Amino acid sequence: MKYLYYPGCSLEGSAREYDRSTRVFLTAAGAELTEIEGWTCCGASAAEATSRNLALALPARNLALAEKMGGTKEILVPCSACYLNLKAVEEKVKRDAALLDRINDILAAEGLHFAGRVRVRHLLEVIVRDIGPDLISKKTTRSLAGLSIAPYYGCQCLRPYAIFDDPEAPQSMAPIIEASGAAVHHWDMGGKCCGAAHMNTKMAVGMELVRSILSRARGADAVVTVCPMCQMNLEAYQDKISKLSGENLTVTVLYLPQLLGLVLGLSEQEVGLDLNLAVTAGFKEKLRESLDTAAWRRSNRLDNHRRMAADV
Amino acid sequence: MTTKVKEEIDFSDAAGSDDLTPVREMVQACIQCGTCTGSCPNEFAMDVTPRRLWRLVLTGQREEIFQSQTFTLCSACYYCTLRCPRGLPLTEAMGALKQLAAREGLTRHRQSILFYKSFLESVRRHGRVREMEFMTLYFNAMKNPLLPLRFAALGVKLMLKGKLPLQIPSKGGGALAALFRQAAELEEVP
Ligand code: SF4
Ligand code: SF4
Repeated sequence: MKYLYYPGCSLEGSAREYDRSTRVFLTAAGAELTEIEGWTCCGASAAEATSRNLALALPARNLALAEKMGGTKEILVPCSACYLNLKAVEEKVKRDAALLDRINDILAAEGLHFAGRVRVRHLLEVIVRDIGPDLISKKTTRSLAGLSIAPYYGCQCLRPYAIFDDPEAPQSMAPIIEASGAAVHHWDMGGKCCGAAHMNTKMAVGMELVRSILSRARGADAVVTVCPMCQMNLEAYQDKISKLSGENLTVTVLYLPQLLGLVLGLSEQEVGLDLNLAVTAGFKEKLRESLDTAAWRRSNRLDNHRRMAADV
Repeated sequence: MTTKVKEEIDFSDAAGSDDLTPVREMVQACIQCGTCTGSCPNEFAMDVTPRRLWRLVLTGQREEIFQSQTFTLCSACYYCTLRCPRGLPLTEAMGALKQLAAREGLTRHRQSILFYKSFLESVRRHGRVREMEFMTLYFNAMKNPLLPLRFAALGVKLMLKGKLPLQIPSKGGGALAALFRQAAELEEVP
């Protein structure tokens, strides 16, 4: 499992724990990442809203850099917005040679050329397809039994390109969560929109979208996400939204690889749990309890084995 | 340096003569079934429904299209694109309208335009967006002293977590200046 790694801008700043947990979890699962040398911004939602050419050239620049690297042509992307920007260029040039020419005319300004020979993959796809629940169960040193986890996919890893999941009723995370020992919180908000950049320009609308998601997360111990924008929207405005709606909507929100890293035996520190904005005290307590119980059960089981062996 | 984003744009109230043709071509096959409207998570906040917006595009009603906030309320969830029975690239069409509004610097959409332009200015300078610089550019361009307050609490939270690297604001080396220039020059080429 070798991948070129495109972290994207957020993972260097407000989503540092996503970068950290992605790296340590994938390494623990046996994958190898090589960061794309000299990568730059994919254009986020800003390029698409401003200039068609930039919306093509900014992602394409990174694909061209990836092509120049030796070895694998698989690019792993943890941010759903980056993923879709890069993926859209990969997909569009396959069917449109003129578009590829147009892109290369722009990239020529930097002496770069894109041939269209890369495969862009979302972190979630790599987790569910390449790593898979079996490997996670096998490598699991701890269990999250007793916790209920709400899988949140957001939009852009699911749509418009239906690569690894059902874009209407996503479910790829369920077996992964179950492999961790936790229960899946069943809800119908997994693929709903968090409002993306609305929190900055249309705050009232963004708050309403997030409110409807958080209110359906009630009963879950945590929500897991696979995108820094979703994560920020769901975790950063909980107090404000709770106050406005008159109900307590606080809930722990984690990145999927943070949760999985813990299960594989990594520490809270190693997966960056101290960096999240919404981790409730109750959740931490329950998490530690669950991990402890699992450790206790295992050592107990070992003791029993030893005792039995001694008896014989 | 921080006022730069604002100076570059010549805001105006009137939608100019920029061509709607590319957008019209994208939605040409619309049968007005309303699936897009029914699928849109932001429809509750829109003054014109997506279905009606496509009708306005097809009949070339520029004034009404750009008066409306509908396209700026698209958060690119791709539900409509996924479900449209005619398979039309609707999210992309929303994007194309955003681009037209940005190109013409329509005052009505000033906030979104300045937000995205500030973001891209930081990218042009450094190659990667610097969240602090980008928000500073945005606040300065908006010239609204109350706006930063809305983000102050979050900013402090992020800073305490060490998530907002305090880079010295700078024009940078114009890391992507050449690419941006080329993209702008070729924008006119159909
Ligand atoms: S879903 Fe497609 S065909 Fe139906 S109204 Fe919307 S754009 Fe037209
Ligand atoms: S892509 Fe935009 S217009 Fe379409 S359903 Fe989503 S938010 Fe609405």
